[in-house]
Amino acid sequence: MTLTVDTLTTWMSKFAEKVETNKQFLSDLDTPIGDGDHGFNMDRGMKAVEEKLATKPADVTSGFKIIAMALISTVGGASGPLYGTAFLEMAKKSTTTNDIGELLDAALAGIEMRGGAKPGDKTMVDVWNALVPDVKNGTLTENRITEAVAATKDMIARKGRASYLGERSKGHVDPGSQSSGYLFEALLETEGLL
Amino acid sequence: MKKIINDPHDVVPEMVNGMTRAYPQYIEKIEGTEAVVRSDKDSMKGKVGIVSGGGSGHEPTHAGYVGEGMLSAAVCGQVFTSPTPDQIYAAIKAVNQGQGVFLVVKNYSGDVMNFDMAKDLASMDNIPVKSIVVDDDIAVENSLYTQGRRGVAGTIFMHKILGAVAQQGASLDEIDALAHKVLPNIKTIAVALSAATNPEVGKPGFVLKDDEIEYGVGIHSEPGYRREKIKPSKELVEELVGKLNNEMHLDGNKKYACLVNGMGATPLMEQYIFANDVLNKLQEFNIKPSFMKIGNYMTSIDMAGISLTLFEIKDAKWLDYLNYPVKTIAW
Repeated sequence: MTLTVDTLTTWMSKFAEKVETNKQFLSDLDTPIGDGDHGFNMDRGMKAVEEKLATKPADVTSGFKIIAMALISTVGGASGPLYGTAFLEMAKKSTTTNDIGELLDAALAGIEMRGGAKPGDKTMVDVWNALVPDVKNGTLTENRITEAVAATKDMIARKGRASYLGERSKGHVDPGSQSSGYLFEALLETEGLL
Repeated sequence: MKKIINDPHDVVPEMVNGMTRAYPQYIEKIEGTEAVVRSDKDSMKGKVGIVSGGGSGHEPTHAGYVGEGMLSAAVCGQVFTSPTPDQIYAAIKAVNQGQGVFLVVKNYSGDVMNFDMAKDLASMDNIPVKSIVVDDDIAVENSLYTQGRRGVAGTIFMHKILGAVAQQGASLDEIDALAHKVLPNIKTIAVALSAATNPEVGKPGFVLKDDEIEYGVGIHSEPGYRREKIKPSKELVEELVGKLNNEMHLDGNKKYACLVNGMGATPLMEQYIFANDVLNKLQEFNIKPSFMKIGNYMTSIDMAGISLTLFEIKDAKWLDYLNYPVKTIAW
């Protein structure tokens, strides 16, 4: 349950891989309810993260900081600040603990604070809110992740650009929730972490 | 689309280069960013820095207001897109003199998030930063890119007032208090004749018929509150001043500053005609503005239209701040 520089780096490279493989799919999810660039933006961001992490960070805190800065300077839109905040909050928290559950708690609080979204608003908060407790309880599975992402499909967007569509946002999986799903899948697949 | 550009992707850097190279006496580029800072560094010594910015396409906002007595730096995002926090943070660091930095943000979700994040980055490095989110547009309550009201042309009054007090040595807390006192007194409303074309998109944000206008359109071609047939200037003024009056309860015993702002493709000739009608209409309330500006101050690329801002001057000092001399490209 304790994060190290090595497991952090593995987690990020697995996430980068998933984002790259699914960048078109993520952007397609974003087309009917957003501006159709989520996958490409995240891919650009994670490529920048990979590049920065090629030089091994001194400790977990500076690792998180490097990731946050790479994301906020390259992703743009709302996803940049939201993912950036998640990693920046983990950087702050990691000065006192490297417990992955507590780190993710801090990240979730940061995302909620930055975007002002609550559970049920059809945003990435829904996935984080469902899965962070699983990480803490040791009950995170592939299935739980799929469920949490799919659950956003029938919600009505209340925050972000999709909220302008109201009822019409129903029936679409939220793209930020899908990319967050990949982040948790990558976490699950990082050996020696959970 | 017919525009004097090279590659649509190079619009912002080429514009920033043009401005900084043409006006080196006022501004220079912050290395590695699309942000500009005052070239006269002595004018910032010992003062609180005032930083603003946002998507590009609103020129001369914001870079045109950087200079002694007004902004310390401005961050230019992509067209109609918020700048990223690292760029904003670079501007904060470039102007920080140990007295702190104050951010002026227009109310759009992207801008608010990115400027907030820059504030967090600054606080991690122990630079005190405070901010105000300007939401002067009374047209609609929520919008395509906004929670709450939008921030539009009235923002330049905020830039001017805060720039003047910062130049005179006000502290970060004093500037913060003044900004929050001033904000509720600035109100703006617009009318559009045609939409803007973002060079990266290549087509207008919306289409109005030849004889149609839309009231309340935002500065990124966001929808307004009503469409109807074009009318004489007098009648447009009737509608817009009426809206402002509902909101501000205009009163001949009070003092006002007035800004008639062209949206980019409306000739000054028409703006002066509109201003003449505004002054006539205000006269009916026994109001003669204590301060007035007419021109292209907060544009929306090539949108045709006009916005009207009224600012109730509750404190005589505010008028001094508006009249305080500045050295900028565009005030």
